[in-house]
Amino acid sequence: MICDLEGVSFRYRGRPHNALQEVNLAVMEGTHVALVGPNGAGKSTLLRILTGVLPPDVGTAIVLGRPAQDWKRRDMARQVAVVSQAGGVDVRISVRELVSMGRHPYVSPWSALGPGDHAKVDACLGAVDLVGLADRDVGELSGGELQRARLARALAQEPRLLLLDEPTAHLDLGHESRFMELVRQYTIQQSLTVVAVTHHLNVAAQYADRMVLLSSGRVLKQGPPGDVLSPSLLEAAFEWPVDVVDLGDLGRHAIPGRGAPGGAES
Amino acid sequence: MAVRGSAVALAGFLVLALVVGMAAGPADLSMEAWLGAIRGDPGPAATILWRVRLPRVVTGALTGGMLAVSGVVFQALLRNPLAEPYLLGVSSGAAVGAVSALALGLSASAYFALPLAALLGALAAIVVVFEVARVGGRLDTRVLLLAGVVVSAFLSACVLLILTFVRAETLRSAFFWTLGSLSGASWGMIWAMLAYSIPALALVFGLSRHLNALTLGEETAAYLGTDTEWVKRVAFLLASLLAAAAVSVAGVIGFVGLVVPHAVRLSGVRDHRALTPMSFLAGGCALVLADAVARTAAAPMEIPIGVVTAFLGVPLFLVLLRRTIRS
Repeated sequence: MICDLEGVSFRYRGRPHNALQEVNLAVMEGTHVALVGPNGAGKSTLLRILTGVLPPDVGTAIVLGRPAQDWKRRDMARQVAVVSQAGGVDVRISVRELVSMGRHPYVSPWSALGPGDHAKVDACLGAVDLVGLADRDVGELSGGELQRARLARALAQEPRLLLLDEPTAHLDLGHESRFMELVRQYTIQQSLTVVAVTHHLNVAAQYADRMVLLSSGRVLKQGPPGDVLSPSLLEAAFEWPVDVVDLGDLGRHAIPGRGAPGGAES
Repeated sequence: MAVRGSAVALAGFLVLALVVGMAAGPADLSMEAWLGAIRGDPGPAATILWRVRLPRVVTGALTGGMLAVSGVVFQALLRNPLAEPYLLGVSSGAAVGAVSALALGLSASAYFALPLAALLGALAAIVVVFEVARVGGRLDTRVLLLAGVVVSAFLSACVLLILTFVRAETLRSAFFWTLGSLSGASWGMIWAMLAYSIPALALVFGLSRHLNALTLGEETAAYLGTDTEWVKRVAFLLASLLAAAAVSVAGVIGFVGLVVPHAVRLSGVRDHRALTPMSFLAGGCALVLADAVARTAAAPMEIPIGVVTAFLGVPLFLVLLRRTIRS
């Protein structure tokens, strides 16, 4: 098992309510788990619990056999990589320099990257199809290219667990699919484990083995996408009517209804 | 590699700057006198070159390099190109620390103890500035700069107050402490500076990859394997120590930590593994040349070196300030 959360509760300082409330979650090796739910449901908080930057107030969050917050950052960075929300970068470095930072946890402080590190960086640039842009400034990349560069940086860490925090939030359909297919390839070929926060229910249903529906810090339902995408559950979570249609091989798709529940609100 | 080439060029340039710095000064030495001194002939020329001018330019090179690296580290930690020891109040804090120690009876020749007293002052100043600028757990850049400048003004006033009341022989002039000077440089001072700066610079260099990661933000740096709290603490301590050691031998010299790293970055260097050593070399060049200007521009009068660096630094600061606030 890659992640094992038991009874995890967490409250941000100065907030009246728990951001997470008694969350249980098990993530098996080589699976893709999607965390979905409305804004403020605790999805990103849950992800940050897994990274160890937020220690749970109650409960335990075991990641790769050790409580997440007990990992040394350097050791964890060799096992766990994170790609966070799309958004610009305000530093002026080349794509290759950005991806090279993924080797940071493997190199001793005073020495330079070795040939093996450079080969790994090249391989990751190739995997995300950015070899041609390697010497470009990251500020010149499009949103889709930048997210692929960040994915390459994460892959250069050679992680067993990849955490994605709305990595495709601002990407168009083509770039989003390209990104998710890349991730899928690594899940299948190298049994990379993925935990991804997303707002795109249908993309989650398409790529995830399991979905976790969060609402107000609690797990409303977890299981295969077909079980989680149910009209009543989604309506309870998002406070909006949702239809679910079965598209056969394409799986189930959620479609938001028109008009508020009961039609009372304008 | 391009970076290695420009580092070698900078080192060559520093040697040239040292020679220019040694040639500048009130006593006009002939070529013969130079050659005699180099051959080892005793005499006034040898005394001037080896006991006065060489320690002065070497102190200038070390001081400039340490201030520039201190600026590099503060800029990386605060993710702000305007951060530097003078504008953050660190240098003035160091001056208060050094002046207080001297006023309390520490001898000016206590070269190894003076930087530590200066470090205490520097750390006290930075703690105050940061507490003022911390709004809701985040450092507000504009408040930070304002707090730094105001705290700095207050600390300069403290230096002047101490100098007014205490007439210790070991204390140097108000000019020295508030605008800096490389007069009074000696070999004893240089050994002490080396003893502090070599380990500090080596450690800063070892933190390079962490500083690179921090430019992407603290959380991203943590995901890349940086223990951010530990790195921030150590780096602040090292940057303060470098600035404090520089202040304790040369007084408060502003803007070197701002102008030099900026110029090096303009040449395309972003990686701290190159930025740190190159800023050290460039800072050395800059301060040695600024000192040569300070000694010759109004000869036989000497312009305080802080005046020279301010004339170069303030226009650049204003340009950067406009740019930062606009973005």
